[in-house]
Amino acid sequence: MLKLEHIDKRYTEHHALQDINVTFNPHETTVIVGPSGSGKSTLLRSLNLLERPDSGQYTIDDRTIDLSQPLTTDTLLWVRRKTGMVFQQPRMFDHLTIMGNMIEAPVHVLKQSKAQATKHAHELLAAVDLDNTADRYPYQLSGGQTQRVAIARAMAMAPDYLLLDEPTSALDPELEAQVLRVLNDLANDNQSMIIVTHNMDFARHAADRMLFLEDGKINFDGTPDEFFNKPTERINRFLNAFKFDQGEA
Amino acid sequence: MLQFIATYAPQLIIAGIKYTIPLALISFVIAVVIAAAVAVLRSYVPHATGLGKIGWRILKFILSFYVWVFRSTPMLVQLFVVFYGLPKLGISWLSPSGWSAAVMVLSLNTGAYASEAIRAAISSIPDTQREAGAALGMTDRQIFLRIILPQATRISIPTLANSFVSLVKDTSLASVVTIVEMFYLSQQLAAVNFEPLQMYLLVAAIYALFVSILSFPQRYIQRWADRFVKEQR
Repeated sequence: MLKLEHIDKRYTEHHALQDINVTFNPHETTVIVGPSGSGKSTLLRSLNLLERPDSGQYTIDDRTIDLSQPLTTDTLLWVRRKTGMVFQQPRMFDHLTIMGNMIEAPVHVLKQSKAQATKHAHELLAAVDLDNTADRYPYQLSGGQTQRVAIARAMAMAPDYLLLDEPTSALDPELEAQVLRVLNDLANDNQSMIIVTHNMDFARHAADRMLFLEDGKINFDGTPDEFFNKPTERINRFLNAFKFDQGEA
Repeated sequence: MLQFIATYAPQLIIAGIKYTIPLALISFVIAVVIAAAVAVLRSYVPHATGLGKIGWRILKFILSFYVWVFRSTPMLVQLFVVFYGLPKLGISWLSPSGWSAAVMVLSLNTGAYASEAIRAAISSIPDTQREAGAALGMTDRQIFLRIILPQATRISIPTLANSFVSLVKDTSLASVVTIVEMFYLSQQLAAVNFEPLQMYLLVAAIYALFVSILSFPQRYIQRWADRFVKEQR
């Protein structure tokens, strides 16, 4: 379980997160949506502390971290092992082969043997249908392929929660579909996931739970059925904006 | 003309092999070590507080002062200070021979320039790489040594190769600290044969030959370093 209480984050000219209270349950796929600048990414990045909230409590399992206090490196690394992150861009380590990317952290962070990490990596690559690319360098793969490797790379650390920050926004529709299929498989395997996305079809299909963020606050927290079929007036306006034939210019 | 070359080229080449090349190679190895250390230390963002923080600030100031001094003064002057100046302090270990003075100045000077090249390469690696490593639970040290530095090395190779070429030619300055390297020898020969034009053209050609031969491996090193980037067409 990941639980955020009274999370606040302020930039010089922008109050990114305002008193956020939310709990993410294990084995669920939570989809976070909302307009640009609503704080979606900040919220997601706060969960693995790439972004440091100014104040609030963060509870993972039975350990609570007071975010207004300085964090030790141990705490930071512990949180990051609990949470895997996939970014909008694959962020491959360009100097390493696909296999090198896959085993870098398992070997040097989890201290797995190279043989063990390699074996596991082959399984994970096979699951995203890319085991044949193990010896290639990232530049030799397409954007959709590297993004699938990025997902497999995050999964190699066996995180309790997989966080994905607009993982398909940089891809064309065909490649996007490949990545979404991988995420759908993970969701079906009950991997706990928290995804920021603009893809409403995917949200409708894969989400167990929807969060709608606006102006740094959680404006909606409920099931996809409620979100899509009984939307509030505000959510209705948000959803209609995706249908360009009905929206106004 | 051919007679001239046949007479003088062998002695010049021997002087080159005895002095110019070792001077350049030894100085370059030391320079790269200095440069890498300076660049890494200057790029490091410490999390230290209190006394540690002050310590870091002093160290970084000293390093940037070193780079500033060697980049903003002529190498010829640096050689004079070290070879003719330092012995006046009367400290025995600070009274270098011509050789050590030349190696010292050439490597410190090249190190100062090369450190800036390596530092620029390090800072050219996008922060997204650091974040990707951090998200995988890697420590700052692991991220730096295993993710940033290997990629920065590739980027700094062309600039370092350039520094090396400059260094080979700069060894001619060692003539002022009594080392009879190629250029000094050519001066001595010209004083005897009264053929300065032919003499200095010949020594210039030999420098060009040495530089070409010595920079030959660069192509292969670069090709190896570029193995993970798309071929440039």
